[in-house]
Amino acid sequence: MFRYILHKLLLFVPTLFGITICAFAFVRLLPGDPILAMAGEHGVTPERYEILKEQFGYNLPMWQQYLRYVGEVLTGDFGISLSTKRPVMTEFMTLFPATIELSIVAMILAIVIGIPAGVYAAARRGTWPDQLLMGTALVGYSMPIFWWGLLLIIFFSGYLGWTPVSGRIGLQYFFKPITGFLLIDTLIYGKFDAFRSALQHMILPAIALGTIPLAVIARQTRSAMLEVLGEDYIRTARAKGLKTARVIGVHALRNALIPVVTTIGLQVGVLMAGAILTETIFSWPGIGKWMVDSIFKRDYVVVQSGLLLIALIVMVVNLLVDILYAVINPRMRG
Amino acid sequence: MKKIATLLAATAIVSAFAFAASAKTLVYCSEASPANFDPSITTGGNDFDASSRTVYSRLVEFKHGSTEIEPGLAESWTISDDGLTYTFKLRKGVKFHTTSFFTPTRELNADDVIFSFERQWKADNKWHTYMPNITWDYFQGMDMPKYLKSVEKVDDLTVKMTLTEPNAPMIANLGMDFASIVSKEYADKLMEAGTPEKFAGEPVGTGPFQFVDYQLDSVIRYAAFPDYFKGKEKIDDLIFAITPDASARMQKIAAGECDIMPYPNPADIKALKANADLNVMEQAGLNIGYMSYNTTQPPFDKVEVRKALNMAINKKSMIEALFGDAGATPATNLIPPTMWSYNKDVKDDEYNPEEAKKVLAANNVTEIDLWASDRFRPYNPSFARAAELIQQDWAAVGVKATIKTLEWTKYREEGKKKDRAGAFQIGWTGDNGDPDNFFATLFSCSAIGVSNYSSWCNKEFEDLIQKAKITSDMAERTKLYEEAQVVFKREAPAFTMDHSQVYAVTRKNVSGFMMDPLGIHRFDGVDKAE
Repeated sequence: MFRYILHKLLLFVPTLFGITICAFAFVRLLPGDPILAMAGEHGVTPERYEILKEQFGYNLPMWQQYLRYVGEVLTGDFGISLSTKRPVMTEFMTLFPATIELSIVAMILAIVIGIPAGVYAAARRGTWPDQLLMGTALVGYSMPIFWWGLLLIIFFSGYLGWTPVSGRIGLQYFFKPITGFLLIDTLIYGKFDAFRSALQHMILPAIALGTIPLAVIARQTRSAMLEVLGEDYIRTARAKGLKTARVIGVHALRNALIPVVTTIGLQVGVLMAGAILTETIFSWPGIGKWMVDSIFKRDYVVVQSGLLLIALIVMVVNLLVDILYAVINPRMRG
Repeated sequence: MKKIATLLAATAIVSAFAFAASAKTLVYCSEASPANFDPSITTGGNDFDASSRTVYSRLVEFKHGSTEIEPGLAESWTISDDGLTYTFKLRKGVKFHTTSFFTPTRELNADDVIFSFERQWKADNKWHTYMPNITWDYFQGMDMPKYLKSVEKVDDLTVKMTLTEPNAPMIANLGMDFASIVSKEYADKLMEAGTPEKFAGEPVGTGPFQFVDYQLDSVIRYAAFPDYFKGKEKIDDLIFAITPDASARMQKIAAGECDIMPYPNPADIKALKANADLNVMEQAGLNIGYMSYNTTQPPFDKVEVRKALNMAINKKSMIEALFGDAGATPATNLIPPTMWSYNKDVKDDEYNPEEAKKVLAANNVTEIDLWASDRFRPYNPSFARAAELIQQDWAAVGVKATIKTLEWTKYREEGKKKDRAGAFQIGWTGDNGDPDNFFATLFSCSAIGVSNYSSWCNKEFEDLIQKAKITSDMAERTKLYEEAQVVFKREAPAFTMDHSQVYAVTRKNVSGFMMDPLGIHRFDGVDKAE
């Protein structure tokens, strides 16, 4: 197991190196000059343009700019945002907990509903519950997040008034964050009404963000379960007189979970992409929206460092998934 | 005695709760997060709403809802006859904010004014590079280094500003956000503590509201400044709830989660107006949407061709199709009708496709590149749609237009090149309510390659606008700009499209909020009935 983990960790190094090249190249391939983007519609004289180009180091050859960037990253310096003038790391660490908190809740929702739904559909294969569940999953998968999120707001917040429209917590709650996770911070402060407010604000964005992963997990679980339920050892377990619930829940599910866990790991990347739209609709102050704003502003520093940090998170999550995979499937540890 | 003390304590506690309970809070659903709170290093309207208009004041101010200048921190000023020297008398007794992070020991004086400009201007000033990558965009963009010769202290409450050459728009420039007056004492304290970056993160000013807290990309909190020199505001707490999506803003204001919102979706205007709890405010924006012809390149180097292309476009239908319920005014002149010196006697090019066809055929104009971009702008909600409509109109007169689409930043970069071929859609929103900000910024000879997308340098026009720049006589300036508009329409370096309406929405119980022609969102003077 240790060798397995070490092997995975060693793969981090070339992967991260490749990501720095991609992040650096990607921002420079974006059309538009960052200096002209900053100048806005006022424009900038050619003389001033040259001064600014030198100030930002864009007059250096590409390879030198890249080496400077890598050197700074290796010393933990992810740069200063061109637009806000704040350290990128400070902004990232401030906004990151909001995205993670939302993603975790969305993923929990997706797993807690998706897996049982997939299991039930597999157990009731060919019946109307199976068709209803899988049809619903297909609809969920097909809906654009932007549209779905707005629909949720219009119906539950606008029409029914059951949930707040947007934001992370009611405006009347004002306290300094401790962990950055509002569901935890409010409990630490003992503010239970604030906790309830944070939970209420979380419902709609978590549903919007978790819908696609839920649909994918449900369908993947059903598919994996059907494959496993056809195996000889399942037939043996049934023949031995074991209850259906035990056959499915103990013998079948564990093996069916192997591809499902991989799917969950891949959905983390989907969550990051979905977070961009969800955060915009629900005014959720996370890193998704931060990245999109930076792309529009041609904030090279935030885009390349933000890409790197997000890629790092996705890699770490997938490493955890690989470890979990090995725990579930001992054959992987070899 | 003990009983009296207990009673007094109980009364104090009850009073405190009662006071807290009666604190009036106004929530503004802003459309974007501010980059930071130093208005001299930022450029966005949302940045200024959050910093200069709440926390800071300027020597002069724009009157509420207008572009007229009135005294601000300067209670009066004089301009020398040669237009070179401006002497400002500062108000006595103006206080800076006392916050959790700063307690001022003195009132506003000339040192603060001088520091506010020198930090943006002098490369040897420690504050000129107080954070990495600062560019002082507006100070540079308004040509302040070119026009400023010196800013000097005459006495504690008198500042003398000397220019290198007369520049009548200067007084309007001093009402702009970049010219906000900051606290030198606070700056010195931060520099001494080695934390100058806090200047842009925890601002201190003399404005109607003082900064309390900012949760990144989420909420900004302000409290009314009790010692504001114009008197404490009626609103006790001002909150900016950052809500980037316009549909979400609409839902929030309808649900009562915010009291004021800017920039509704044009498609939502009708529904907002139908809501009995809301008040939809609108006015003509200080903007212009236009299409520039490169006057140095054939076929646009001929006036008659430019005029014919203008005459071929059904402007009224185009604007209706583009703006729908949001509304816009067809543009005759470069400046909007709300701006002083607007020449209402100038006649727009008539829509006459038959005449246009003859002229274009005679000049053998058969193909044109037509530029469009992907970004929504206040003066043009869809460059692509506008391009399609123009393409159709030009096709009807025998001109095939090929639409070239580029991403916004690249679009502007390519558009300003002197050898750019074709007709280029662009626009402008005024900075300071002065006509020079339109005429010179967009069509002066020196703006070629910067913001003069027509590469147009016309001696008659140039002479008029340069003369208007150096005289402070309003009547004379008005006359000169009126003549400039005649020349502009005659020479047609561009097709003037529209001046769009701008909107803001408030709850019905909000009073005192006004639409500002400069696109500013101000909360001084605003009240809310509970």
